[in-house]
Amino acid sequence: MSAQNALAQRKAPTRRSRWWGELGWKYPVAAVIIFYSVFPLVYVLSAALSDSGTLSSGAALFSDISFANFAALGDTSYWSWVANTLIVGGASSFGAVIMGAAAAYAFSRFRFTGRRPGLTSLLIIQMFPQTVAFIAVFLLLTALGNVAPALGINSKIALICVYLGGALGANTFLMYGFFNSIPVEIDEAAKIDGATHSQIYWQLIMPLVTPILAVVGLLAFISAFGDFILARIVLVSEDQWTLAVGMYQWVSNQLTSNWGLFAAGAVIAAIPVLVLFLSLQRFIVGGLSSGSVKG
Amino acid sequence: MTVETGAPRQERDLRESHARGWRGVGWGFVAKLLMMALVNALGLSIIFAALNVEAWGILVASTALLIAADVIYFMRRTLPLKYIFPGLVFLLVFQVFVLGYTGYVAFTNYGTGHAGSMQQAVDAALIQDEQRVEDSPTYPLAVVDNGDEIGFAINADGEVSVGTETQPLEPVGGAVVDDAGTPVEVEGWEIVPRSALFTDQDLQNQVVALRVPVSDDAESGSIRTRDGSSGAIYNSTLEWDPDARTLTDTETGTVYEATDTGNFVAADGSSLPAGWVVTVGFDNFVDAVTDTALSGPLLKVTLWTFAFAILTVLTSFGLGLLFAIIYNDPRIRARRSLRTLFILPYAFPAFMSALLWRGMFNREFGIINDWFFFGADINWLGDPLLAKVVILWVNLWLSYPYWFLVCTGALQALPSETMEAARIDGAGRWRQFRSITLPLLMVSTAPLAIASFAFNFNNFTIIYMLTEGGPPFPGTSGLGSSDILISAIYSISGVDGGVANYGLASALSIVVFIVVGIISAIAFRQTRKLEEIQ
Repeated sequence: MSAQNALAQRKAPTRRSRWWGELGWKYPVAAVIIFYSVFPLVYVLSAALSDSGTLSSGAALFSDISFANFAALGDTSYWSWVANTLIVGGASSFGAVIMGAAAAYAFSRFRFTGRRPGLTSLLIIQMFPQTVAFIAVFLLLTALGNVAPALGINSKIALICVYLGGALGANTFLMYGFFNSIPVEIDEAAKIDGATHSQIYWQLIMPLVTPILAVVGLLAFISAFGDFILARIVLVSEDQWTLAVGMYQWVSNQLTSNWGLFAAGAVIAAIPVLVLFLSLQRFIVGGLSSGSVKG
Repeated sequence: MTVETGAPRQERDLRESHARGWRGVGWGFVAKLLMMALVNALGLSIIFAALNVEAWGILVASTALLIAADVIYFMRRTLPLKYIFPGLVFLLVFQVFVLGYTGYVAFTNYGTGHAGSMQQAVDAALIQDEQRVEDSPTYPLAVVDNGDEIGFAINADGEVSVGTETQPLEPVGGAVVDDAGTPVEVEGWEIVPRSALFTDQDLQNQVVALRVPVSDDAESGSIRTRDGSSGAIYNSTLEWDPDARTLTDTETGTVYEATDTGNFVAADGSSLPAGWVVTVGFDNFVDAVTDTALSGPLLKVTLWTFAFAILTVLTSFGLGLLFAIIYNDPRIRARRSLRTLFILPYAFPAFMSALLWRGMFNREFGIINDWFFFGADINWLGDPLLAKVVILWVNLWLSYPYWFLVCTGALQALPSETMEAARIDGAGRWRQFRSITLPLLMVSTAPLAIASFAFNFNNFTIIYMLTEGGPPFPGTSGLGSSDILISAIYSISGVDGGVANYGLASALSIVVFIVVGIISAIAFRQTRKLEEIQ
């Protein structure tokens, strides 16, 4: 009896320590990681809800809750920046999807002379990032602006065009692979049934490839949303800025007094992105591992 | 471009696209006609505008693209191009051309003091040298504004003329002048009241700097004003001799000769500020290495660029992999929620994270100093070493979730039989990791790591948003110790104001392209994407 008791006593702590050694320690470590990853986000939320708009008042989290900073956004150009960002991001992601899908379809379905060299040169061109050529972009838009002001410096259309220029190379391959996974027999059956080329493309293929269209559109939107260098060069006047340019300006000029505005603006802009990202996590991770990288 | 689809010829002819004729409903044809009409209208308007401002390059390019569009969409045998063309246009103009143009600019002296052609430089020299013409009459003058730009309205012996910087003086009918002869009402223009000139410093500077050409000929001088109420003709004492390619100062007799380097230089070595663009060969590349004010900082910047990109990938990959291994354990409860919390930084837009951390690392008010260092006065962003540490720290925060996601996915895809076999053979946990898990994992993640390296090599946003490249190096280079190559290029280029040196900046861009190209070539071999195409 006593021997059994002693055995049980010895066994219990070993089981517990084994649990700690194998599994238990992972929970405190997770708490540390979560603190590292979430703390800045909690802090920005607290600063957005704080009563004062300055950086110096960040003494305690959520010491006061007020929506003054959010209300104050109305007196700034913030909402026109949001509109600009949505216009630029929306138009460039829509254009990227339409153009990329069409090109990927052609490369995937047709056999024509110059197909393979075409694909190879696309692959090579897309290796050279457009952002590094920003000086030439600037000079090109300056020249175009003399001809057509809508395509010149300080025009959102010009910025959209620049983004679309970089879209084909990066997106065609993502889509090309997906198009290849749709059996050609579908096209052939439709052709026998009397469908024309455009009917096959718009009514058969496009609905089948919707998932990849969504991923490419989202990635294009996120990259337009986060782009700073091109947007900063192209968009000159304050009412044309995107969020990245405008909020940079807030923080770089008088960081201390614009802090509340920045925090409120960041919360408003980030929450839709966060929600979208978390709900589409699966697809984005797939898209990421097939080539596009953020950091 | 010939189409070789499987369908036999007769069948294709029978089944013509509904965008080619009225067969069927006909909507496709109408839509196509409307689209093409729109494209042609746009194209033609650009062509005519280019003709107007004599932009020959744009004229040739837009004409070629428009003809190509018409040929492709109205010909029968160009089906694949019909799909590829729209994207191709943007790719050619905004990526291929831009890359090529970077290459061209890298071999020129394009920048402040060297812009445009020699003729433009002559005009600029004539303008810069302007002095008031002796004995020229003064005209009553009013500053006018049409919403876009300001101009002058002058009263020359009863005739009112209006002009702006770009539009030489032209008489306007129906203007009203007051007793002193000053125009007070001009059709299509709003008179700027003189009181506004006194209160608005910006406007005042604009008015004083404004010169309205008397005629299209730069040598006939221009109207300028000192006080906003009277104007006089100013003219240059320089005289341009296009045959000898010299500018002669008629007062001093100095002769400025055009040189191969794009400047007007006098015999005594003095030169005029206005120059033009010439190709300078490899001078820019040589300058970057030999110019003592620049080469030292540039070398440091280059080393830091590599260090930054490599360290970022190593730290974030390492941390992400570590967490992925730790939390890839099915026995852990609430794994999904943990994962979501871990990756939150990745879902937060990167530029805002950088700005957020910039505030948190603020020396005086930032909460990092306040909370974690007991209010110590640590100058995070102003110290050369600490600024780099902060950048790596923030980029780690931003990127480890990506690697966590990628590695979790890769770990779950590992073959469980191999792991089991290793365990049975008595391999320890470390041995399993080093000999099996890691090599298998690297197969799928190494290409991503290379891509991530290339991305961070040009990660302008994080550097500029956090430190703007600072703290600056001593000297006049304008570069700072946390600058990476692309942010250094940005500050050298001067697109943001200040002295511009497009030539040198483009030369550095070419260097970046070469590095990125080499990295991508390595990535190529890794992913063997090329094989996939074939």
